Amino acid sequence: MLRFLAPFAVFVALIIFFAIGLTRDPREIPSPLINQPAPTFTLQQLQVPAKQFSPADMRGQVWLFNVWASWCVSCREEHPVFVELAKRNLVPIVGLNYKDQRPDALQWLTQFGNPYVLSVTDFDGRIGIDYGVYGVPETYVIDKQGVIRMKHIGPVTPQILQDKILPKVQELSK
Amino acid sequence: MIPELGHFALILALTLALAQGILPLIGAATNQTNFMAVARPAAQGQFVFVAIAFACLAYAFLVNDFSVQYVATNSNTRLPAQYRFAAVWGGHEGSILLWTLTLSVWTLLVTLFSRHLPQEMAARVLGVMGLISVGFLLFMLLVSNPFDRLIPAAMEGRDLNPLLQDPGMVIHPPILYIGYVGFSVAFAFALAALMGGRLDAAWARWSRPWTTAAWMFLTLGIALGSWWAYYELGWGGWWFWDPVENASFLPWLVGTALIHSLAVTEKRGTFKSWTVLLAITAFSLSLLGTFLVRSGVLTSVHAFATDPKRGVFILIFLAIVIGASLLLFAWRAPKVGLGGKFALISRETFLLANNVLLLVATGAVLLGTLYPLFIDALDLGKISVGPPYFDAVFMPLMAPAIFLMGIGPFARWKEQSLPELAKRLKWAFGVALISALLMPLIIGKWTPLISFGLLLAFWVIAAGVYGVWSRLAQTPGVMLSRIAKQTPSWWGMQLAHLGIAIFIIGVTLVKGYETENDVRMNIGSTVTMNNYVFTFRGATQQAGPNYQAWVGDVEISKNGKLVTTMHPEKRNYLATGMAMTEAAIDAGITRDLYVALGEPLENGAWSVRVYHKPFVDWIWGGCVLMALGGLLAISDRRYRLHQRSAKASDALPVGSQA
Amino acid sequence: MMRAILGVFLLSLMAFSQADEAPPTAQDPVLEARLNHLAKELRCLVCQNETLADSRADLALDLRREVRDKMRQGMSDAQIKDYLTQRYGDFVLYRPPVKSATWLLWFGPFLILIAAIAGLTYFLKRRRKVLEEIPLSAEETARLKSLLHSENKQA
Repeated sequence: MLRFLAPFAVFVALIIFFAIGLTRDPREIPSPLINQPAPTFTLQQLQVPAKQFSPADMRGQVWLFNVWASWCVSCREEHPVFVELAKRNLVPIVGLNYKDQRPDALQWLTQFGNPYVLSVTDFDGRIGIDYGVYGVPETYVIDKQGVIRMKHIGPVTPQILQDKILPKVQELSK
Repeated sequence: MIPELGHFALILALTLALAQGILPLIGAATNQTNFMAVARPAAQGQFVFVAIAFACLAYAFLVNDFSVQYVATNSNTRLPAQYRFAAVWGGHEGSILLWTLTLSVWTLLVTLFSRHLPQEMAARVLGVMGLISVGFLLFMLLVSNPFDRLIPAAMEGRDLNPLLQDPGMVIHPPILYIGYVGFSVAFAFALAALMGGRLDAAWARWSRPWTTAAWMFLTLGIALGSWWAYYELGWGGWWFWDPVENASFLPWLVGTALIHSLAVTEKRGTFKSWTVLLAITAFSLSLLGTFLVRSGVLTSVHAFATDPKRGVFILIFLAIVIGASLLLFAWRAPKVGLGGKFALISRETFLLANNVLLLVATGAVLLGTLYPLFIDALDLGKISVGPPYFDAVFMPLMAPAIFLMGIGPFARWKEQSLPELAKRLKWAFGVALISALLMPLIIGKWTPLISFGLLLAFWVIAAGVYGVWSRLAQTPGVMLSRIAKQTPSWWGMQLAHLGIAIFIIGVTLVKGYETENDVRMNIGSTVTMNNYVFTFRGATQQAGPNYQAWVGDVEISKNGKLVTTMHPEKRNYLATGMAMTEAAIDAGITRDLYVALGEPLENGAWSVRVYHKPFVDWIWGGCVLMALGGLLAISDRRYRLHQRSAKASDALPVGSQA
Repeated sequence: MMRAILGVFLLSLMAFSQADEAPPTAQDPVLEARLNHLAKELRCLVCQNETLADSRADLALDLRREVRDKMRQGMSDAQIKDYLTQRYGDFVLYRPPVKSATWLLWFGPFLILIAAIAGLTYFLKRRRKVLEEIPLSAEETARLKSLLHSENKQA
C-alpha cells in the first residue's frame, strides 16, 4: 500500500519547492562579492576628468556606490530617491557612470539632478565587470574598511531604501 | 463589442465545463443515466463557446483592435496578417486560450469517437476532461483574461516579438499543444478506469490510439520547435536544453514509455498499475511544463512577463489535479490484479526495462531542470544547469535503451531464450559494429563518440531490417501481399524505430563533422568549405512590411558550377527596434549550408558566419518518421474493429481479450 | 540616387577585387576558437538563457573581450572560469562545479538508475512468487490456451 503512495509523496515535495520558488526571482543573482573587499580601481571623474578617484579615498566612511547610465531607463526611476537621500545628508553616494558618453551623462545629471558626491567614468565597462555588474542600476553598500556589505540589483525604491539600505548603513556607521 | 462577446463566451464555456465536469461524475458514481447523458452535449457546447472566444480574439487581432490590452501588447498595424493571427498565441493570455481550445477539441473528438464505450466510462472520461477545462477557463477569467480592455485605447500596438514573426510561430505552438494537451485523454481514461475499478485490457485498447495520436503530435511539435530554433536564432543550434524545451521533452519521454506499456497491458493484461501511473505522469508533466513556463520560476528563452498571482493559481490547480489523481491511484491501484505470467527473459521484461530507462532519463532531465530552483529554495545560491550537464547525463542513460530497442521486437511474449536471441541477432550486431567502426574512417575523422553514435543507429537499423525480412519471409504469398498482411501498427513500430536511428545518425554526424567559419567578407571575396565556394556579392538594403533589412547576396558554387544563391538577412524591426538575424539555409539530404550575416564593416564588407552541417536534416527527418509511425499505428483496423465489437467484449470478464 | 551611387561603387569594387579568400573576422582565429569553445559553457547574465558564445547582448560582448584579454595574458580556461565566478558566482557556469550542493545533481541520475534497477528486480521476483502461489483456475487455463493460440497467430 505504502509504495503506491510514493508518487504522491514525491509530488508533495515538488509542490513545496515550487511554492518557495514562486517567492524568488530567478533573475536576481546574489553577488559573491558580499563581505569581500571592494575591488580597487583608479578612474577619471565624470565632471572633472583631470581628477581621479579610487575607493581607498572613501576609507573611514560608509558609502553607497551606485551604477548608473544615461541610457538606462530604470535609472531614471530610482534617481529621485537618491536626489532625496542626498538632501538628507545621511550617506555619501558615489556614482559609477557605466558604459556611457560623457556629454550624455553630464546632460542627464543637469536634467535630473546630481545626488552624487562625484561620479567616475567606466566607459568600457571593465570596472563594472570587476564589481559583477550585469544589470544597471545596481547599488552597493561599502563599509568603513572598504568591504562590500550589501548589493541591491535593480532600481532602489523609497521602500527598499528605508527597509534595507539605510538600516544597513546605520548598522555599519556605528 | 466583439471582445465582450468573447469574454461572455468564456463565461458560458465555464458554466458548461462545470456541468460537464460535475454531473457525469456524479451520474457514474450513483448510476444515474440522465446525469451521465449530460457529458456529451455539455462538452460539445463548451467547444462551441471556446471556439467563439478564440474567433473573437483572432478577429480583434485581424482588425487591430488596440482597445484590447492583449492585442495592443502583441500586435501592430504593420504586422502582416498571418502573424497577426499567430499573435493570438504570441503572449501569455492567448497561449492559455489556445491551450483551452485544444483541450476542447480533444474533448469534442472523444464525444464523437466514444459511442462504443460503456456509458459510465465515457461519462467519467468526459467528466475528468471537463474538470481540467474548468481550471483553465477559471485561470483565464480570474487572472489572465485575453479580452481585458485598455482605456483609452492605444494608437498603435507594441508589436509581436520579432523572434516570433516567423512561419514557425503559425504552426509550432498549435501542433505542440495538440500533442501535450492530447495526453489529457490518456489521463482521463486512466482516472476513469481507476474510478470505475475496471483497469483491464479493454481500457488499454481504448487509450492506445488516443495516446499514440497525442505522442505523434508532440513529436512533430518538438521537432518543429527545434527546426525553428535552428534557422531563426541564427547560430545553427537545434536543441539547447532550455527549461521550456525540457518541459515539452519530459512528457514526450513519459509518453513514449506509456505507448510501450499500454501495448503490454493490452496484449498481456500486465503492468496495469504501472501503465496507469504513466498515463497520470505524462499529463502531469504537461501541466508542470505549463506551470514552469507561465509562472516564471525558471529563466528561459521563452519567458513571458510574469504576474505572481498567475503562478500561484497554476500551482494550486496543479496541486489539486495531480495530487487528487495520485491519491486516487494510491487508493485504487493496490487492488489491481497482476495479469499474465512471464519469464525473466521475455518481451514483457524488455519493454519494462525500456520503460524504466525512459523514466530514469525523465528523472535526470527533470532533476537538471529543477535543480537551480531547489538550490535557490534551500538558500544555497544560484546555479545554472545547462547543455554540458544534460549531454553528460542523458546520453549514457539513453544508450542502453536504444540498445534494447533493437532486441525488444525479437523477443517473444511470456518467455524467450537468451541464446536463441543472441543467435538471431549476432549478424545484425556484427554488421552494425563493423560499419560503425569503418564509416568514420571513410568520412575522414574517427572519434570513439562518432563511432558509438553510429553503432547505436546502425544496430537499430540492422535489427529492424532483419526483423522485417524474417517476418516477410515467414509470410506466404507474393511480396506485395506479404507486406500488406502485416498489421499497420507493426509497420508503424518499425518505422518509428527507424526514425530514432535516422535521428541518431543526424545528431552524431552533425556533432562530429560540422564546420564553422566566421569570416570578414569583402565584396567578391570567397570562403571555401567542404568543396563549396561561398562568394559574397554584397548586401543591399530592402524594406519589409514592418522592418528594414540588409539582404546579403551569397553565391555558392561547387567544382566551378553555381549551386545556388543565398540571401541571409539582418533585420531591424521598426516598432520594437529589435535586430534579428535571418540566416539563409540551403537544405539538402546530405548537408545544410547555413549563412548568417554578422556586422557591417567598412566598404560594403560584412562579417559573415558560414556553416557546413552534414546530415543535420536527418534530425528532423527522423522525427517525421517517428510521427508517421504513430500515424500508421493509429490507422490500424484493429481499433475500429474492436470499437464495433466492444459491446460484445464488455461482457467478457476483466482482463480477457477479444 | 544614393543607391545608384552605391551600385556604381560596388561594381567598381567588384571589378578590382578578385576572388580572394576571406580572412577570419577575428584577428587571432586560434584564440577565437578557444574563446568560443569556452564561451559555450558560460552563461550570459543579462539574457534569458543564452550562452556567452551565442548572446549578442552588450555585457556578453564585454565579457568576451575580457575573456579574450585574459587568454592573451596566458590564463588557463580554469583560471578564467575562476575569474568569472569570483565576480558573478557559479551562475555563470553552465556546467555546475561538483561540490556538496551539487552532488545530488551529478550523482542523482545514476542513483535513480540504481534504485530503478533494484526496484525492477524486486518487482519481477515478487511478482513471480505471488503468481506461483496462486494456481490457475480451470477457466483461466482455458483462456491462457486461447490467448497463446491467438498470440501465435498474431505474432
